Parts: sequence; structure tokens; C-alpha cells
Amino acid sequence: MGKTTAEKIFAAHLVDEPFSGTKVLRLDVVLCHEITTPIAIDDLIVRGKDRVFDATKIKAVIDHVTPSKDSKTATQAKILRDWARRQGIKDFFDVGANGVCHALFPEKGFIRPGNTVIMGDSHTCTHGAFGAFAAGVGTTDLEVGILKGVCAFREPKTIRVNVNGVLPKGVYAKDVVLTLIGQIGVNGATDRVLEFRGSTIDTMTMESRMTLCNMAIEAGGTSGICMPDMTTVEYLWPFTQGEFASKQAALADYQQWCSDSDASYEQTIEIDAAQLVPVATYNYKPDQVKPVTEFTDNKVDQIYLGSCTNGRLEDLRIAAQILKGRKLADNVRGILSPATPKIYRDAMKEGLIDIFLDAGFCVTNSTCGACLGMSNGVLADGEVCASTTNRNFNGRMGKGGMVHLMSPATAAATAIEGKIADPRPYL
Amino acid sequence: MKTFGGPVLFLDRADINTDEIIPAKYLTEITKQDLKPYILEDLKLDGFDPKGPKTKNARVVVSRANFGCGSSREHAPWVFEVNDITAVVAESFARIFRQNMFNCGMAAIELPKADLDLIFSHGNDADASMSIDIEAQTLTMSGGGKQKSFSFELSPFDKALVMAGGWVDYADTKY
Repeated sequence: MGKTTAEKIFAAHLVDEPFSGTKVLRLDVVLCHEITTPIAIDDLIVRGKDRVFDATKIKAVIDHVTPSKDSKTATQAKILRDWARRQGIKDFFDVGANGVCHALFPEKGFIRPGNTVIMGDSHTCTHGAFGAFAAGVGTTDLEVGILKGVCAFREPKTIRVNVNGVLPKGVYAKDVVLTLIGQIGVNGATDRVLEFRGSTIDTMTMESRMTLCNMAIEAGGTSGICMPDMTTVEYLWPFTQGEFASKQAALADYQQWCSDSDASYEQTIEIDAAQLVPVATYNYKPDQVKPVTEFTDNKVDQIYLGSCTNGRLEDLRIAAQILKGRKLADNVRGILSPATPKIYRDAMKEGLIDIFLDAGFCVTNSTCGACLGMSNGVLADGEVCASTTNRNFNGRMGKGGMVHLMSPATAAATAIEGKIADPRPYL
Repeated sequence: MKTFGGPVLFLDRADINTDEIIPAKYLTEITKQDLKPYILEDLKLDGFDPKGPKTKNARVVVSRANFGCGSSREHAPWVFEVNDITAVVAESFARIFRQNMFNCGMAAIELPKADLDLIFSHGNDADASMSIDIEAQTLTMSGGGKQKSFSFELSPFDKALVMAGGWVDYADTKY
């Protein structure tokens, strides 16, 4: 019997099986940000265990509220900053170099096929796009990861999601994953890995694969996973060319992590890409999804482009293509947060930032900010936001606010019309 | 080891997420104790008052499927802990929340829907109370002059974490 990617990674990283059904894995990468890490750091200090298992395997960033907005967030940033210095963590990204963690860390080449990755952040599942097992955890698991380089898991079963065919005009990875979540529900993949396969995924960029895997948690999934292929090799090549004689050699090495053809799956879901349409969420759960054409006169107050889901260069290009030469509707304000400084700079060089500014957008620095109602675009009671983020929970972007999740293209069309709009006429 | 049991807070809805349990704007607090006033602040549920006596007196939360979904924030178990709520009983949990509870030495107990329906039938009893025996894997629901016991599943690892009082000491001793 063959193995899935997740099963291979579990087998290769197994440290202990203290009880039947519980597997303690060795960690390759432990990621940290300033919201969930400081309490772990303080607890380690209290316990007299202020040390790290391997400073080269720990990466840290200040990203949720940056630059700090008040004394409390400044204190959180300081605790992380002081700790990174104290522990000799070289891959620490402070103001000026910092960006949204799940966009920044892949961009730096930190995540490789076959890796085990944890972070005190639910969207850690994003990194499965590289053929890694990447799971969000709480502060206690993070604390143990920092201290010992291990984490305990129930070995997840794998749901295979086959997406085949060519995506129609105006339909993107975000529409694929929202449609999937709409089908299986917000707990349809709890304690499961979502393995994305098929010709549609094969032709997707790493950015699109990250968008897919990023939303696995919105169906309860432990990790999204895509098969490493030449697209993965090309993305990582700036960081790996010293490690491999050729791209072919890198590919051969990475493909050891691909699921075997005779691997068994708990369930297989088939999605016909050609049948998909642009969608958006309604109400307050990410599985409440319907075609944008079924929204009638849903006025919005704010457009938000950004986040670990859809704040990458590809997303900005798609939105800019629609916004070029057009203006925000009178009733809306637009906020763009390129997810990393590199994305910001690349977007500037390509003239995209001009397009957003000309349309009337406010372009902020790279931060998680508004996505979780922390800063840089919080909603007032009763306001509605069309957003490229990942959660539409009640109050998520501000108490009493409402969020509609959608692709960057749909958000751009919505920006122009001031109500939820179909992007296809603009493409 | 923490004690488990006491007055019950009934939250009769599926998919209660961690943003509802503790909104993100309070994640800037550095100590767990500072989270205390904000428990369940954004939860909208008929008849529920986050500041009311039922919330204040509760030692156990009873809810439905997929409890604790969304953000990984351990602030959700912590805000329960500092309000002396050390167990949540539900039909199912989101993975990260469930693990966070056990990692803190608290209990996230799953029961079948039929058992939960019986427990929810005590929803209007002023004296609704539950006692939980982790060792025996049984809980007893009482209220309105009635009492009924239920047995529950608990993975040996999760049980060991509750007994050890959490994951940090357990892991540091062992790995």
C-alpha cells in the first residue's frame, strides 16, 4: 500500500508514539509572530527554560500590528524582538523588512517539500503548498516547539480534492477553495489534510496554490497540501541552487514526497474547473458561499485587498488589471496592503501601485491589520467590507461589521460598482 | 490537576468560533488574567449575556458541533480558564482549540448529539450542574431534580496531558 504525502512526512519525522494514535514529530521549521509568541516566551522565562531548540530553524516576524499602534502592541513587538536577539534568531523580520507571515516566509525560501512546519497561527496550513505538512497550533504547542523542536499530532487522514480542467475567465484559486468549503462545510476537513490534485492545480502558480492551502483551515483542515513539481522547484530555485546540481535534480529529490499512486484516501472530491463561477460569502461563516451573480444590490462600504490569502503580487496584478483607468465608487473606500515589502516594491515597479492610487485606494504597509480587526481598516458597527481575506466571522474586521470573502478580481469589480459585482465583464 | 465541574453555561449553537470567544482586539493583552472581562463578548445568541450571572457562575460550557473553530488563539481556552471554566462539552471540536484545551490541562469532551440533547434539556434549570470524572471518563448532569450520567471517550494522550497539568512539563521531561 502506498503512502500519501502527509503519511510520508509523518513517517520520516516520527520521534515517538507515546500512545496509540498520537505521533510526536520532529519539526523542521517553527514560525513565530508577535501575537501568539510573547506569552510562550514569558512562560519559558517563568519556567526557567528561556532557550530554543535550534535558532536556525526558528523564524520570527512582527506582522499582525505593525508598526505598533499603542503601548500594548509595542510591548508585544519588543518581547519578540528582544527574544530573537537574545536567542540569536537571525531570520527575524522587524519594521521595514516585515510582512504578513504566510507570504513573507515562503518568499524567503524557508519552506521546502517534506518539511514539518508549525506556527501559532491557524493559517500556517498555507505552507502545504510546497508539499510540506504545515499546521497551525496554539501557544503551548508553539512553546514546546521552540523549546524542544517537536509537536504532537493525531495523524490526520487525507481527503483528496481533484480539480481538473481550465478555470473559466474571472475564476481563480479563491473561487475554487471557497466553492470547496461551501460543499464540505466549516468542519468538513477537521483532523484531515486536504490534498489538492489535478490538472488545474498542476498549472497553478505557487501563489495560487498558497491561496488554496491557506483556506484549508476554514474547512477545519490541519494542512492543505500540493504535490511538489517543477513550479515548486522554480519558485525555490533562488534559494536552492547551491543545494542541487540542476533543477531536475531538485525535482527528483522533492518528488520523493509526492503521494504514491496507490496511496489510499479517506475520501475523494471531484471538482470540474470548467463549471466554476466567481463566488463570494454571505452571512458569517466561510462555508456560506454563493455565485456573485446571486448577489443583488449588496452595497459595501470598504474594499480590502491583502492578507496571507490574497495579498501577493499575482493578486495585485489581477485587481489592477480591472481597476486600471477606473475609480472607486463614491460609496466605498479602498485599502490595499501588499503582503510583503518585496510585493510592494515589485508592484510599484510594475506600475500597479499607481493604478490603485489613481483609483482612489489607500496603500498601507504590509500587515495583517484589518483582516482580524486589529488596525489599518477596522469596520464600524453596521459596515460591510468586500475582502480578499479568509474569515467572515461576525465582528472579525470590527465589532458589528460584516465581511464578504471573494477573489481579488471580484473585490476589484466590487470596488468600481460599490456593490458586490461580477468581475467577468471587466476582463 | 484542575477540578472539572459546577454550574453549566449552555451555548446552543454549532460552529462557535474563537473570535466570538475572545475578539482579536484583546489579543494584545500580555497576561491571561487581563483577558477575563472579555469572555464571549462577540457571541450573539438568543438569551445569552456575556456579562450575565450565568456566564460568571459557570464552570463548564456545553455547546454543539465544531466548537472553537477559526483562529488558533490559545487566548480562547485561557479566557475560559481565568473565568474558572475548565471544561467544554460539545458534539465536536475544531482541532487546534481541542488540543489547546488539553495542552493547558483542561478538558474538551465530545459526546454524541443524542447525549447532548439530553444535557441541553436542562438548559432552563436554574440549578443545572455537571460533575466530570476524567479518570473514570464519566460525567453526571443534574438539575431540576433529575440526574443522568454519561460516559465519554478520551484519547490516552489527552488524558495524560490533563493528569500532567499540560504539555510543556510533559514534553520537557520526555523529549
